[in-house]
Amino acid sequence: MKTPVIHWFKFASPQNFYHLAGKMWPWFAALATLLALVGLWIALFVAPIDAQQGQGYRIIFVHVPASQMAMFIYLVMAAWAGLGLAFNTRLSGMMASALAPTGALFAFLSLLTGALWGKPMWGAWWVWDARLTSTLILLFLYLGFMALQASIDDPRRADKAGAVLALVGAVNVPIIYFSVKWWNTLHQGASVSLKGSSMASTMLAGMLIMVLAFWMYAIAMALLRVRNIILEREHHAEWVKHAVA
Amino acid sequence: MSQTVKSIGLIHVMLAVLKREVALAMRQKGEVLTPLVFFMVIASLFPLGVGAESSLLLRMAPGVLWVSALLAAMLSLQRMFATDYADGSLEQMVLSPTPLGLLVLAKALAHFVLSGLPLVLMAPVLGLQFGLDARALAILMLTLLLGAPSLSLIGSIGAALTLGVRGAGVLLSLLILPLYIPVLIFGAGAVEADAAGVGFGGHLSLLSALLVLSLFFSPFATAAALRISLE
Repeated sequence: MKTPVIHWFKFASPQNFYHLAGKMWPWFAALATLLALVGLWIALFVAPIDAQQGQGYRIIFVHVPASQMAMFIYLVMAAWAGLGLAFNTRLSGMMASALAPTGALFAFLSLLTGALWGKPMWGAWWVWDARLTSTLILLFLYLGFMALQASIDDPRRADKAGAVLALVGAVNVPIIYFSVKWWNTLHQGASVSLKGSSMASTMLAGMLIMVLAFWMYAIAMALLRVRNIILEREHHAEWVKHAVA
Repeated sequence: MSQTVKSIGLIHVMLAVLKREVALAMRQKGEVLTPLVFFMVIASLFPLGVGAESSLLLRMAPGVLWVSALLAAMLSLQRMFATDYADGSLEQMVLSPTPLGLLVLAKALAHFVLSGLPLVLMAPVLGLQFGLDARALAILMLTLLLGAPSLSLIGSIGAALTLGVRGAGVLLSLLILPLYIPVLIFGAGAVEADAAGVGFGGHLSLLSALLVLSLFFSPFATAAALRISLE
């Protein structure tokens, strides 16, 4: 019995990963579409109307996954950045830059859906709630990361500088979160909390499926974007001419 | 024995860097004075913007003064490494046998002495204009004294990352201001907490904790960023 050996490090080379990512991303995109369709169907047609919030609550099926992914992607990005700094692998830096726009998009989506939900529920588009404020700051961190990378011409230097910033940001994210939380309790009384009302099981199922759909979407987009970054960076290489032709 | 000799040597090097920074700043006094004037101008703009109602100004004072001080301290950050980078002395520092982190720490301390301390001393004068009483002024100075070194240390990371980069000034503020938020919250919060009768000890402890954290971590990050910038 001979077990097939997969040489994982083979895929640390941008050329090999380009082809692997090309095979993988359509699957993730298809899964994302499928899961989103099922999740939205449950969210919009199956899940019961909330006793207190009426139909308006349904936006949380987008809001919760977006907020989770916005935070999680920052950590993944920082992890790739740290890997790149530690092992000096080119692909890690490219993955970090590929994830940043998706993370920023989710942070923005989370703020937007939060505002749309807040208007009917709280009567205001925006309140200086701890979670809202820290998501806004997270969006600033993403924008800073992308702005720093965009303003450095040498891609290797951009990767490394971005990596240091991402790691510093990752250390700061919990500090910022708790400081904003304490600031918030000092300034105003407790705001409306989602806890307390137990969720119906169909709501929970819809939410979980939507979370999975967002995961798949994020992976598909990161792979697609990293393919473009690889082509851009390696445009002088012979294999790129064959790959594009 | 040789260990102690070595550590004394390191302190000498750090003092030398500190002295050099102060001497350079004294020959270019404008660099020290401009952020100070900026601080005064920014703080004076707020009453003009929101109106001169004294109860409103009193409530806003700690926050306004802290935000102004934060912006003024950031104004001089960009120069922390830029001139040394331009004349090549930064490369010598990177090449020197002294750990780069210590040199960077000395430079951040120099930044605090040259731009943080003047702000601390100036703050009570501006606080009087906002109608703060003696107790509030003392707390404000204390929080600035504890917070300003953190601002210099965190800022040094941004200054090193944006060294020789296009549009470094605006980029620096985009990178650093989100990281300043905890310092701002606890700094300005202390004065408000005391006014509300909650006690400000917790805020001071947290400010000190932030200072210790940034004192430990930021020289590593800044040294790494400088090495990347000089590659």
